[in-house]
Amino acid sequence: MIAIKDLHKSYKMGSNVLHVLKGINFNVEEGEMVAIMGSSGSGKSTLLNIVGMLDLLDTGSYTLDGVPIVNLNETKAAKYRNKFLGFIFQSFNLINYKTALENVALPLYYQRVPKKERDEKALQYLTKVGLANWATHLPSELSGGQKQRVAIARALAAQPKVLLADEPTGALDSTTSYEVMQLLQEINDEGKTLLVVTHEEDIAKMCKRIVQLKDGVIIEDKKVNQIRASEYV
Amino acid sequence: MFSSDNWQEIFQTIKKNKLRTFLSGFTITLGLLIFITLLGLGNGLKNSFNQFFMDDATNTMFIFPGRTSMPYKGYNVNRTIQFKNDDLADIQKNFPFYLEYITPRIFRNGTVTFNNESNSYSYVGVSPAHQVSEKTIMMKGRYLNDLDVKEKTKYAVIGRLVEKDLFKDKSALGEHVIINNTAYKVIGVFQDEGGDNEERRIYVPYTTLQLIEKNTDDINQIVLAYKPELGYAGAMLFEEKLTKFLKEKHEIAPDDQSGVFVRNIADNMNDNQQLSGVLTLIVTFVGIGTLIAGVIGISNIMVFVIKERTKEIGVRKALGATPFSIITMILQESIFITLIAGYIGLFLGIFVLKMIGDKLEDYFILNPYIDLGTAITATIILILFGALAGYVPAKRAARIQPIVALRDE
Ligand SMILES: Nc1ncnc2c1ncn2[C@@H]1O[C@H](COP(=O)(O)OP(=O)(O)OP(=O)(O)O)[C@@H](O)[C@H]1O
Ligand SMILES: [Mg+2]
Repeated sequence: MIAIKDLHKSYKMGSNVLHVLKGINFNVEEGEMVAIMGSSGSGKSTLLNIVGMLDLLDTGSYTLDGVPIVNLNETKAAKYRNKFLGFIFQSFNLINYKTALENVALPLYYQRVPKKERDEKALQYLTKVGLANWATHLPSELSGGQKQRVAIARALAAQPKVLLADEPTGALDSTTSYEVMQLLQEINDEGKTLLVVTHEEDIAKMCKRIVQLKDGVIIEDKKVNQIRASEYV
Repeated sequence: MFSSDNWQEIFQTIKKNKLRTFLSGFTITLGLLIFITLLGLGNGLKNSFNQFFMDDATNTMFIFPGRTSMPYKGYNVNRTIQFKNDDLADIQKNFPFYLEYITPRIFRNGTVTFNNESNSYSYVGVSPAHQVSEKTIMMKGRYLNDLDVKEKTKYAVIGRLVEKDLFKDKSALGEHVIINNTAYKVIGVFQDEGGDNEERRIYVPYTTLQLIEKNTDDINQIVLAYKPELGYAGAMLFEEKLTKFLKEKHEIAPDDQSGVFVRNIADNMNDNQQLSGVLTLIVTFVGIGTLIAGVIGISNIMVFVIKERTKEIGVRKALGATPFSIITMILQESIFITLIAGYIGLFLGIFVLKMIGDKLEDYFILNPYIDLGTAITATIILILFGALAGYVPAKRAARIQPIVALRDE
């Protein structure tokens, strides 16, 4: 599903150059649930952003679902993002003046799905994350865990091939974190590919594979026995 | 991109961000309201000003002959100067560059009779250009023309009050009046804003008058107009040259102050005209200033609005919004708001001017108005700049990488 070869990425900060990713080789198969771990500043978010086409790589190659991601202009990147990828952020990034339902429906708007169908689908995904009764509420009326579920529903709505989550539980307490992880596990059970950036050991262990990043290289990449979040809830 | 779905999305953002909508709309409305009101009041001020000072054409000069006060070239002092037809011709020949038109004036007083009614009026021998210099307005019939002058026709153009005095309620057109024993056919009736005196006048071709008066070619006064584009300085120069020319021709000492008199309306009009010009300048300046203030206001608000929406734009891009769709979204929104606000401002401004009407006449503001062209141009300018003010930051926002927009502060 994802094939990355010899990826380098650096940021220019004035006169000095910060070499963040120094030759990443990394493949993900369909249906995997991969945790990306590492200390702060090790380049986890950078890698995820490149996979998510939110950021551009310097050298190396990246193929997503057989499509080589090269010569990305903004318009093309937007189309790919909409078609292939769903994002879940630490700070939720819901649009504050839109209701839960409207937030979930937004990626479908950019897919030009007609309004009625959009709302039906959005409600369907809200139901899936257990928030059908909250459809008409604004984000400010929801708890952190509920906001993240709306964000997950929104990420699912466009039916992407891969879900990318950057510290999805970073802003949540542990009980709520496990609930969110349980939801993500269920989504993975249905066959969706997931990449989860985290620096929490217990969250990582709820994935099926853990990749350790340090100073811009992968120092460890191992399959693990998935711990079901439901055991904690 | 302009589907109804699109508009729904825009209406939603407009509806749910009332403060933002209000701020940008209010700037436009207020800007236009102030612009139209100020410009209208300025025009009102100019109106009353013009009414005070601009009865006769302002680019006019009057030339009167006098008596010499110095002996010169063997002539005695106290010689009476007499203008003749060749003075007209010579001026026309020598000053084509300056001259717009020229007309003689021969003033006479006499008894004018129609049937049993008779009265004393002044009648004036003139040429057709006199109509322009006096701003004579024809009520019916026509003014004298060049053919009348050439053929020395016995035609008369009479003032409104002459007709009223002599003809009561009947029309004078086509009737014959007797002026000092000569019958003239009335070919026109005029009115003049100069007052009752000027409407108790009769104009006849000056050549006719000369013919009747023993076939002389004497004339009393010369009235001429210079080309307005000469401006004040040009008019002064013309006056100087003309005086010199006439003094030479009639052999008057160059520094004799009383041989001929040239009265230039520009002399006393100059101050007035300058004032009127300054007024126009101030009004224009204030108007442009208001527009610029409005444009700056809307630009600032748009920059602020888009800054506030940076994160939202980042989210939309992460969800698959193309840069183009971001720009059109912001533009459609800002154009929609400025369009509505612009119309409101336009109508509010015109309404305010209508309400003021003649209520401020005591403050020298007469019939304040703005011509619709100017008002609509101002509206379009504001809408255009409102859109442009939205476009520049929108374009920048659309180019921001989504991660930059999404990064937590
Ligand atoms: N746009 C950018 N410009 C400059 N430097 C950047 C940029 N984005 C990231 N960096 C730097 O690159 C390095 C890696 O950043 P990254 O966000 O990938 O780390 P991370 O592993 O996600 O850390 P954390 O656990 O704190 O989120 C950091 O030193 C960061 O300061
Ligand atoms: Mg990070």
